[in-house]
Amino acid sequence: MIAYEIERWTRSGKATLVAAAAVLLVLAMLPALANGLLIDKLTTLFIYILLAVMWNLLAGYAGLVSVGQQAFFGVGGYLALRLVDAGMTPYLALVVGAVGAGIVAIPISSFALRLKGGEFAIAMWVIAEALRIVVMFDPLVQGETGTSLLALNALDPDLRRNLTYWLGLGSLALILSVTYWLLRSRIGAAAQAIRDDEEAAASIGIDVMRIKQIIFVLAAFGCALAGTIWLASAITFLPRTNFGVQWTVFMLFMVLVGGLRTFEGPIIGAVIFFLLQTAFGGLGVWYLTGLGVIAVCFALYLPEGLWGLWRQRIGIDLLSVGVLFRPSGDRPTP
Amino acid sequence: MLDALIQGILLGGYYAILAAGLSLMFGVVRFINLAHGDLAILGAYLVLFAVEVLGLSPWVAVAAVLPVMALLGWVLQATLFARTIKGGFLLPLLTTFGLGAVLQNGMFGLFGSDAKSLGNHIGNLSWASWQLPFGITLGQLPVITFAVAVAVLGSLQLVLSFSKLGRAIRATASDPEAAELSGIDARAVHRAAAAIATALAGLAGAFLAMRALISPYAGPTQLIFAFEAVVIGGIGSLWGTLIGGIVLGVAQSFGATISAQGFQLAGHLVFLGVLAARLYLAHGRNHGGWRAALRLPRRAPSAQIPSTVTEGQP
Amino acid sequence: MTMLAVNNLVAGHGLLTAVRDVSLRVHTGEVLGVIGANGAGKTTLFRTLAGVHPATSGTILLDGEDVSALSPSRRVASGIAMVPEGRRLFVDMTVRENLQIAGENGRAGPWTLESVLDALPSLLPLLKVLTGGLSGGQRQAVAIGRALMSNPRVLLLDEVSLGLSPVAIEGLYEQLAGLKARGDTAMVVVEQDLDRAMQFSDRVVCMLEGHIALEGLPQVLGKQAITDAYFGLAQGDIAYA
Repeated sequence: MIAYEIERWTRSGKATLVAAAAVLLVLAMLPALANGLLIDKLTTLFIYILLAVMWNLLAGYAGLVSVGQQAFFGVGGYLALRLVDAGMTPYLALVVGAVGAGIVAIPISSFALRLKGGEFAIAMWVIAEALRIVVMFDPLVQGETGTSLLALNALDPDLRRNLTYWLGLGSLALILSVTYWLLRSRIGAAAQAIRDDEEAAASIGIDVMRIKQIIFVLAAFGCALAGTIWLASAITFLPRTNFGVQWTVFMLFMVLVGGLRTFEGPIIGAVIFFLLQTAFGGLGVWYLTGLGVIAVCFALYLPEGLWGLWRQRIGIDLLSVGVLFRPSGDRPTP
Repeated sequence: MLDALIQGILLGGYYAILAAGLSLMFGVVRFINLAHGDLAILGAYLVLFAVEVLGLSPWVAVAAVLPVMALLGWVLQATLFARTIKGGFLLPLLTTFGLGAVLQNGMFGLFGSDAKSLGNHIGNLSWASWQLPFGITLGQLPVITFAVAVAVLGSLQLVLSFSKLGRAIRATASDPEAAELSGIDARAVHRAAAAIATALAGLAGAFLAMRALISPYAGPTQLIFAFEAVVIGGIGSLWGTLIGGIVLGVAQSFGATISAQGFQLAGHLVFLGVLAARLYLAHGRNHGGWRAALRLPRRAPSAQIPSTVTEGQP
Repeated sequence: MTMLAVNNLVAGHGLLTAVRDVSLRVHTGEVLGVIGANGAGKTTLFRTLAGVHPATSGTILLDGEDVSALSPSRRVASGIAMVPEGRRLFVDMTVRENLQIAGENGRAGPWTLESVLDALPSLLPLLKVLTGGLSGGQRQAVAIGRALMSNPRVLLLDEVSLGLSPVAIEGLYEQLAGLKARGDTAMVVVEQDLDRAMQFSDRVVCMLEGHIALEGLPQVLGKQAITDAYFGLAQGDIAYA
């Protein structure tokens, strides 16, 4: 009989956390040093990472493949607009709007989560479309025309840029921490059990519906945060853009290129997507065509994504969300 | 009101053509093709190209484009779909989303952003109508579309019921491994199904371009409508797609009488309503075959005994 | 004449090896019985022979030709047909359609709908019935008929009598005996009932933990030796050779 020790914090894991804290500190001080363009770009990157991490949480860890996450991206922005219109301070409204979208996700979840596989994926898309049309009925949005978060124009452009940046960075830090904690908690383990075999999970006493709901609502909130930050940096709200299915397409792209079911993969995927866009975005439709080709190539030749490839070759997780069993005698000196 | 009802029913014919291919891919190949709408739009642009550049007459152009689309479907299945389907549920989504992006932006790059229509090329058909008693007007194009839909579904039904290919398709849909063990080349059957499905998408696209303006980015909206028709009608039922299409068309038609946005919203709400009602009734849970393809994307339903091998497992 | 020759076949599920270095010979007209406990690797062996499970290594020769690289449907076309465990009929199709499918996609030969119905007369009144509604014995008969329709040179029958009533088993073996009497097909049969297997087979192999622990003529080996091999008792030198 070999005795095992449970190890939850690998050395590389601890090192990564320290490094992440340092990076966070540097990024937080960056507006004092960097130029405006870089700050804007980084804000966009934060939005992408948020989206990718949320979609990975939903699809990779809970097995909920949604093609309709743009619903919350759009609703968050819309609620923020409504709140500002009602007199709330813009930056508070951006956060409260995202919370509101999370609340909207609760009734949606109690319907959508009862659907299975493809029906769930498609129903989410239809729900997003239905919400878009409902929002377009609001006179504030003016149908196809859309509207703008004019209140933000009252602020000094530099201050606005930095505030949006900090909001993005703070949101990202919050969401990453919560996701990391969640995945290492009982909820994360339960979600993965449900993903692998729902009936078996239910048979060992996991409250399947509640676990799925927690993940679904958190993912909705995260996507909505991304939506409100996007609104703050773009100012304009166009229903067809903010509720556009392309957001989910981007999420799918980032997660699968980076590596599904890993904590690091979606972040890598988001960085790659961001770099591709920065480098080739000017090519317009041919850039988007190329993105499609890349997506197809990854699906064909690298279905595990880049991080999956890295893990196969190197075998190191920077941030392990699992539990490592190590024979007691075999432990290297700490 | 009666007018909206008739318009809606006839519109259902178009949706049936569009949805039949999607349903075939679900049912036989167990593949969710998110580029189906874009393939329809591609078909429409190819017809437009044949008419405007090659100078063919519209119906000849449609007849010429269908085999091209079928070939495209065959090639896509052979090179792309068959390879990604092994990777579970997500890779096909990424692949077909990627394919959709290529098609949409490629069409934009090649054909430009202008909305186009075949309406100018089909003479008075785009507006001609028959007057019936009680003040009912029947547009000739919608009636033709509906008639073609019935003819297409009818011939598909005959092929499935009575031909060697049809039996092979049904056998593969029901149990791909058992089909292989009966001598059926399941990959060839999948390619045939993809060819039929893509040709149907092209046909639907041609009809769409005859009655409306199309643009390179029109595909996803059409895809949603096709999904809605398939799910409302019940997955795997050929005539169900016609019923689903009619229900969707009627809902949209009535919605449009309320407001321009109501057209889509009513369709979406009916779709969600049908799903909700089905959850309540828990109906269809025991419907095996094609339906199971959407419910259990990872596992093939088998007749009586799970296909997994228990032998050899500890 | 050796119709099926299997050389050093290895197959597994992930890290687990289910079939270890199995070699077999079956002649035309011969019935080879495969005996072994659950988990001994019988079904994996059959599925590998039919091509629906990948072989890790080894070769499968049909009448001297290597079929190891062929897809299941190509193997059917060259003459290997399997009646799979669980029958695996097309449940939403009629008995006639189930038979017809194998007939029009399989190998050409003497078996036609008429001759199969002659051999399996119990199917005659059921032709228009959907196979989903049949009893276990009827389903097994359809599955055998379906395999015959493809004119196999080698017929693999997995778990022939599993889940059938004693009466159905009796009827089934009468029909299989008729098939054996024709002498034109090589048959490999998995049968859990030891007496039945010993009586029906010309030769038996006992599988234990994926490899062949014992092989020979049933009357020569005797029931005791086969039972011991089944449970992996005695015969240790052979079993772990």
